[in-house]
Amino acid sequence: MIPAAFDYHAPTTIGEATALLTRLGDDAKVLSGGQSLIPLMKLRLASPAHVVDINGIPGLAYIREGEGFLRIGALTRESELEESELIRTRYPLLHDTSKVIADPVVRNLATVGGNLAHADPANDHPATMLASGAEVVAVGPKGERRIPIASFFTGPFATSLRPDEILTEIRIPLPAARSRGAYLKLERKVGDFATAAVAAQLTLDAGGRCEEVGIGLTNVGLTPIKAAKAEAALKGKNPDEATIKRAAELAAEASEPSADLRGSVEYKKDLVRVLTARALRKAVERAQGVTTRA
Amino acid sequence: MLVKLAINGEKHQADVEPRLLLVHMIREVLRLTVTHIGCDTTHCGACTILMDGRPVKSCTVFAVQAQGKELMTVEGLEQNGKLHPLQEGFMAEHGLQCGYCTPGMLMTSYAFLKKHPSPTEDDIRWAISGNLCRCTGYVNIVKAVQHAAVKLAGGA
Repeated sequence: MIPAAFDYHAPTTIGEATALLTRLGDDAKVLSGGQSLIPLMKLRLASPAHVVDINGIPGLAYIREGEGFLRIGALTRESELEESELIRTRYPLLHDTSKVIADPVVRNLATVGGNLAHADPANDHPATMLASGAEVVAVGPKGERRIPIASFFTGPFATSLRPDEILTEIRIPLPAARSRGAYLKLERKVGDFATAAVAAQLTLDAGGRCEEVGIGLTNVGLTPIKAAKAEAALKGKNPDEATIKRAAELAAEASEPSADLRGSVEYKKDLVRVLTARALRKAVERAQGVTTRA
Repeated sequence: MLVKLAINGEKHQADVEPRLLLVHMIREVLRLTVTHIGCDTTHCGACTILMDGRPVKSCTVFAVQAQGKELMTVEGLEQNGKLHPLQEGFMAEHGLQCGYCTPGMLMTSYAFLKKHPSPTEDDIRWAISGNLCRCTGYVNIVKAVQHAAVKLAGGA
C-alpha cells in the first residue's frame, strides 16, 4: 500500500518543529514512532500534505525522576520503558502496560508520546496515565504548558494539543511509600487492540485504607475513560473484597463499549468488571508488599 | 530526496520520494530481495530488519527516516561463505516450511540472541511474538533459535 505523496520535514530543534507546525497548520502531522500514523497513511485514512518527523530532535528520549515527578521524554520507545529497571521496580503499572502494547518489534519504534497524542481510545497508555494522575508537557511557539491528562483526551483521536504544539514530556507524580498499580488487558492475540483493559493505581495510608485511587479504562468508549465513581467508592476505605467488587461494578457502569468482532456490549462491560476487580487486587497486593521506598 | 544509509556495512544512496517505504527501497531500489513484504499492515513481521541494531518492521518506516542509519538484513548474516548459526539452526531443525516469514524470524532472533544469549523457550516465544508464521511452524522455529543459542555460546 502506497501513502499519498507528502512533503517531508526533519527539524532538529523543537523551535524549528513548532515554527513548521505554525506555518503548516492542519496540513501537517507529527511523525513520532510512526507505528499508528504510517499504517493510517498507507490505508489513506490519513493523507497529510506535510509530515514533520521529530525523531531527529535530540533530548526527547529519557526516563528519569526529578522535581517530584517521573519524567518520560515523548520520544521514549515503548521497548525502553519495558527494559527500564526504574520502571520495573517503581512503576509496575507502566511496566505491565509496556509489555502488552502491540508486539515486541513494533515497540522498538512506537513511542510513549505518540501513544498518547494519537489518542486512539484503543491505545493502552491513555488509561495508564489517567490512573496515574499524569500530566503532559506541550511546547508551542509561545512556550510550554502543562496539561492534566484528565483534560487531554477531548474525543476519538482528538486531544487538547493545538496544531502548533508538540507533546514533549509525560510527568507522573512520584509514588508515595505504599503506592502501586497494575494493568490488565484481554487481547485476542499479541498485537491486537484490547477487547478491554483496565489500569488501576492505589496509594494505601498507614491504616491500609485507600488514600489515592486511579482507574482508567481502555477501548470501551469513544475516548479513554476515567472511572471516577469507581475511584470514589474506594477512596478512604479499606480495599476489602466487598469494596473492590462495588468499585468494579461502578467501573463497568462507566464503560460505554460498542459491539464488534471482539465481543458484545454486555460481554465487554462484564469484562471491565472482572478486569477492574483483578487489577485492584493486584495493585493492593503490590502496594502492601512495599515497605520502604525502593 | 537523497537518502544515504548503510546496509550490512555497505554504503548506499538513492534519490527517493518521501512516501517510499523502507522495505520498497531495500527490495526494489537497492535490489536486496531477501527481506520479504508480507501483510504490509505492521502485523506479520516478514519485513523485519535491524535499524541501528533494533528489529523494526520496514513496511512501517519511510525510507527517508533511515537517513544516516546502519541497517542489517539477512544478506548480512552469512560471513565469508559460512552461514550464521541461526541460518544453520533453521536448516537443521526444519525451522521453515514455506519460508515466507523466515527473513523476519532470522532478524528478530538475531537481535534477541545478542541481548539474551541463553534464553528459555518462553523468552524465545515472547521475542518472536511480533513475527507470524502462517504455516504455524513455531515449535521448530523455537528449536532453531535454541540450536543457534547453543552454537553461539560455543557448544556443539
